[in-house]
Amino acid sequence: MKKGKRTALLLLLLLIMLLLSACHGSQTRGSLKIPEQLDESKPIHLVFWAKNDTNKVQTAVYRQAIDDFQTLYPNVSIDLRLYADYSRIYQDVITNISTNTTPNICITYPDHIATYLTGNHVVLPLDELIADGKFGLGGSELRYDSPKAEEMVPEFMEECRINGTTYALPYMRSTEALYINQDFVEKLGYQVPDVLTWDFVWEVSEKAMEKNEDGTFKLNGQKVMIPFIYKSTDNMMISMLKQLNAPYSSEQGEVLIFNDTTRSLLETIYQHAKTRAFSTFAISSYPGNFLNAGQCVFALDSTAGATWMGSDAPMLDIHEEQVVPFTTAVRPIPQFQPENPLMISQGPSVCVFSKEDDQEVLASWLFAQYLVSDRVQLSYAETEGYLPVTLKAQNSEAYQEYVSRKGEDNNAHYAVKIEASELLRAYTSHTFTTPVFNGSASLRSAAGQLVENVTRSARRKEELSDAYFDRLYSEVSSLYRLDQIGINAQKEENSGSRELPAESRALLIVIPAVWILIIVFRICRLRKERQKNRKTKGIR
Amino acid sequence: MKKIVALVLVLMMAVCSAAALAEEEKVMTHEEYIAAELDTAVTLETYVQATQAWWDGKITVYAQSPDGAYFIYNMTCAEEDAAKLVPGTKIRVKGYKAEWAGEVELAEGATFEIIEGEPFIAEAEDVTAKLGTDELINCQNELVAFKGMTVEAYDETGAAFAYKNAENKTDDLYFKVSKDGATYDFCVEYYLCNESTDVYKAVENLKVGDVIDLEGFLYWYNGANPHITKVTPAQ
Repeated sequence: MKKGKRTALLLLLLLIMLLLSACHGSQTRGSLKIPEQLDESKPIHLVFWAKNDTNKVQTAVYRQAIDDFQTLYPNVSIDLRLYADYSRIYQDVITNISTNTTPNICITYPDHIATYLTGNHVVLPLDELIADGKFGLGGSELRYDSPKAEEMVPEFMEECRINGTTYALPYMRSTEALYINQDFVEKLGYQVPDVLTWDFVWEVSEKAMEKNEDGTFKLNGQKVMIPFIYKSTDNMMISMLKQLNAPYSSEQGEVLIFNDTTRSLLETIYQHAKTRAFSTFAISSYPGNFLNAGQCVFALDSTAGATWMGSDAPMLDIHEEQVVPFTTAVRPIPQFQPENPLMISQGPSVCVFSKEDDQEVLASWLFAQYLVSDRVQLSYAETEGYLPVTLKAQNSEAYQEYVSRKGEDNNAHYAVKIEASELLRAYTSHTFTTPVFNGSASLRSAAGQLVENVTRSARRKEELSDAYFDRLYSEVSSLYRLDQIGINAQKEENSGSRELPAESRALLIVIPAVWILIIVFRICRLRKERQKNRKTKGIR
Repeated sequence: MKKIVALVLVLMMAVCSAAALAEEEKVMTHEEYIAAELDTAVTLETYVQATQAWWDGKITVYAQSPDGAYFIYNMTCAEEDAAKLVPGTKIRVKGYKAEWAGEVELAEGATFEIIEGEPFIAEAEDVTAKLGTDELINCQNELVAFKGMTVEAYDETGAAFAYKNAENKTDDLYFKVSKDGATYDFCVEYYLCNESTDVYKAVENLKVGDVIDLEGFLYWYNGANPHITKVTPAQ
């Protein structure tokens, strides 16, 4: 018996050790044990990937942020790698995940993070860090003035949560705006309302297509006129569906976009593409270029592109002699229910990648957090029609002064730029984002592809029919592998294989372990009783 | 009688269908292509002169025939087929004519097949005298040459060129050159000539005031914006 008792005790000890190590010692990539302090005795090298909109001032802001941060934390050095577009960053991160060579910090979109998360422990969950008293938002050990958690704009923070976990900090936010040649609208006999409806935009656009006998357009006397141009047709379809409360996708990633409302919207777009009153960036080029040349009435583009919009715009992509002077009005995107306007919230976020070295991860987090400090937020927001992501920055004296100087000049205080960023500020509670899941980026692209294809078909005089839509839906679904997204979502829903929170995983380990312990004790006890009975009965 | 009428009808339908098919398949001359309205279906036979880097099932082709040139944007192409599109290769391309910021092109999604034929490599036509004139657009997309051009400061910093992506040198290069008092925007398109090419390095070494000869494809972006493939000191 003594031997059996010892074995049981040993087993018990081993189980307890296993449990302890499971709960506290399983520190792999993806779970950070927040260090007590940043180790300044050794150099820490970080790599930061960002996008710069080909805007030199933005590059300068990043450079300055890095310099300032390195001054605050002298043992940390940061290499900046700039990309011209987000899709390239996305592709490179995907490539580098397999080789374990992701950057430390990366400017990205939540849609992209959802795909990165399919790799094991690739992106660092931030909730624990955000809440940390020393190094979290507004933490006591920070060497800079960071916003507190409650000073982040809640809508923008929410966009960075995937399945209940925060995987990024918002960096900058923008929405889309309608940049309007107000003179043209008035010349056509209309006034620009505060919020435009889709019907209004279509009606004015069709009226703008009237021509003189010589083939020039009555409105501008030129041979070219595209009254309504949309830059991001992904957003166009997504926003229209959202405004009509029509299906797009489920939260889990079920693809719902191929529905009757979508078809009805595409039929309307087709009508106006057929008359050439509507076109897209992919088909015709930048809306701002046509707007500035007096060849467009409604140019729909990001508020982050406001410096290219209007005849006094500081950035110009056409020859100066082509620019036609006009008054630019900035309004929210067209609406189906103007009393309850809805518009997309977009813009870059910043995520931190998991690494073996906790000190490296902590330094990465400190830099990511530095990017939402007032100094960086204010500098970067002023480069375009961006809105700072913290209430702290938005309410700061410096930002208020910047906004109040709207129109003082056509550079730093260019009126259209400031109006565009103020548009998002006024409508922050009217913004939305689409569900984020592995494949959501593809679904976004598919939404835009539907608009592009229908617009092209209208221009090519193809007719719409049931067969046309069957073919369109099938082609777009196949092009973006949407059937795979649907299957994955279904599998996850059926099998419940989505990753569980850490607490749930710990419970799943503890409960069977406790049961094992109970059974071991019960067996020991039974054996003890049996031996006792044998002794009592005199059986050897 | 009924049978005869039916037979005649069937024959007429067959003839009409064949004619329609033939119309759709008809290979256009460059003149017919230029005359065609935008957004019409076109079929061309031409010769590859250069390609941009293949990416995600697409490849952009600079093509030219003895009678004119074409820019084929994001043509559908499997990766293994991209390697076959060497300069001189004859291809039949089906797609739609389009225009993007002034560039007349075959729209994204054109399809192609490689066909038998003697290779054709275009020689660069000197269009220096046509710069700034309405005639230049008649050479759109062709391999062209500019002689004796002077490098101008690209911006207020006085630099001779600018990277689209200044930090990593992995994007387009922009520079300005002048002739007879007029200045023009030129470009080294990264996906056509990346940082390992001679032309990319040559532009990186330009100095304001250098006088150079250039060759490239006469691309259009809100005006002439040649994609330069060769830079040498002026002869």
